[in-house]
Amino acid sequence: MDLQAIAPHIPRLRRYARALAGDQHAADDLVQDTVERAINKRHLWRPGSDLRAWLFAIMHNVFVNQLRARQAHPEAAIDEDELPAVPSVQGVRLEIRDLESALALLPPEQREIVLLVGLEQLSYAEVAKTLDIPIGTVMSRLFRGRERLRVLITGATPAPSLKVVK
Amino acid sequence: MKVTENDLQAYVDDRLEPGARREVDAHLAEHPDDVARVQAYLEQNAALHAAFDPVLNEPVPDRLRRIDTSRRSARFAVAAGWLVVGVLVGWFANTLVGTRGGPAPVSLARQAAVAHAVYSPEIRHPVEVLAAEQEHLVNWLSKRLGAKLKAPVLTAEGFDLVGGRLLPGQSGAVAQFMYQDAKGKRLTLYVSRIEGAQRDTAFRFSQEEKVAVFYWIDGPLGYALSGDLGKPQLLEIATSVYKQINP
Repeated sequence: MDLQAIAPHIPRLRRYARALAGDQHAADDLVQDTVERAINKRHLWRPGSDLRAWLFAIMHNVFVNQLRARQAHPEAAIDEDELPAVPSVQGVRLEIRDLESALALLPPEQREIVLLVGLEQLSYAEVAKTLDIPIGTVMSRLFRGRERLRVLITGATPAPSLKVVK
Repeated sequence: MKVTENDLQAYVDDRLEPGARREVDAHLAEHPDDVARVQAYLEQNAALHAAFDPVLNEPVPDRLRRIDTSRRSARFAVAAGWLVVGVLVGWFANTLVGTRGGPAPVSLARQAAVAHAVYSPEIRHPVEVLAAEQEHLVNWLSKRLGAKLKAPVLTAEGFDLVGGRLLPGQSGAVAQFMYQDAKGKRLTLYVSRIEGAQRDTAFRFSQEEKVAVFYWIDGPLGYALSGDLGKPQLLEIATSVYKQINP
């Protein structure tokens, strides 16, 4: 197992990372760290098992470590200038932007599950295995995350300065 | 059986067995608040795809392609990656097919209008497969829905096919064909399997905010034609679509 085996999974890892991390630079850092770690730990991968699920599990660990590091070094916060511009002012684009800002306001453990289920379409059992948590926890976080998103999106629009809060 | 929160979540994600799905349907018929929540969660999923699926089409940055020293056939790997992505997407969509719980026609119109509102303003990625690959597009979507589809020709009505995409719907895989006229105005034809539907229906009309929808059931499939058009013009196009599907 090497980069060539992992390469087919990179587009999906990038999609998930973008939704999870919020901006392209942080997301690609996350993907890069994940792929490097997967290659370094390739002896731990069981041939024949689901490589994509294994990569998502590694990305989860890298993500959690990055959050811890960021909490330890708050000066390493995201630069506001790196936020992607909204390409259009049409209603739907604004709604999507609201979705992205609302996502950023979810606790990370809820955001991961909302995305693994809703965007990556993993089964609940796959999510439980990927995150190494009981399925009951998956379900309760899924509910809380979706409900929080709904309130954030349909309720008051978050102020612009809140959109960069991680 | 009492419907639990977990059942509602699984309903949204189409992870319920047919029996459990029917029970949730019955529960929803009496609980409009829960219908609103389910609808909101479905819209969240559609919006997540609209916001982040374009990342799949971005070129992979060099730094992610050069992590180890063997750079040979990187292009091939990326191409193979696309194939795998396609197969995976298809597989996930396919696992959704086959559960019952065809949306009530009203929700067919609503789902179609949401999908129209999400994708029709897209400038760069309005469709997954362009009309240039029409044969592939129609075969692919037919396979995913498990039914023979057609992409109607609407040039006489002033609309050209842009392409199509596969969407997750309440009752499994859904196909969306997109059309555009000379002014850039877009129409979408949403085609969904209706499991358990016995009878064809006549055209029905629904106005979902700015989006007008004509929808009907024809055999195993539900169709919904959506656009920001006047009712008479949309009816004329819907009639043409219907005639082409039933020559």
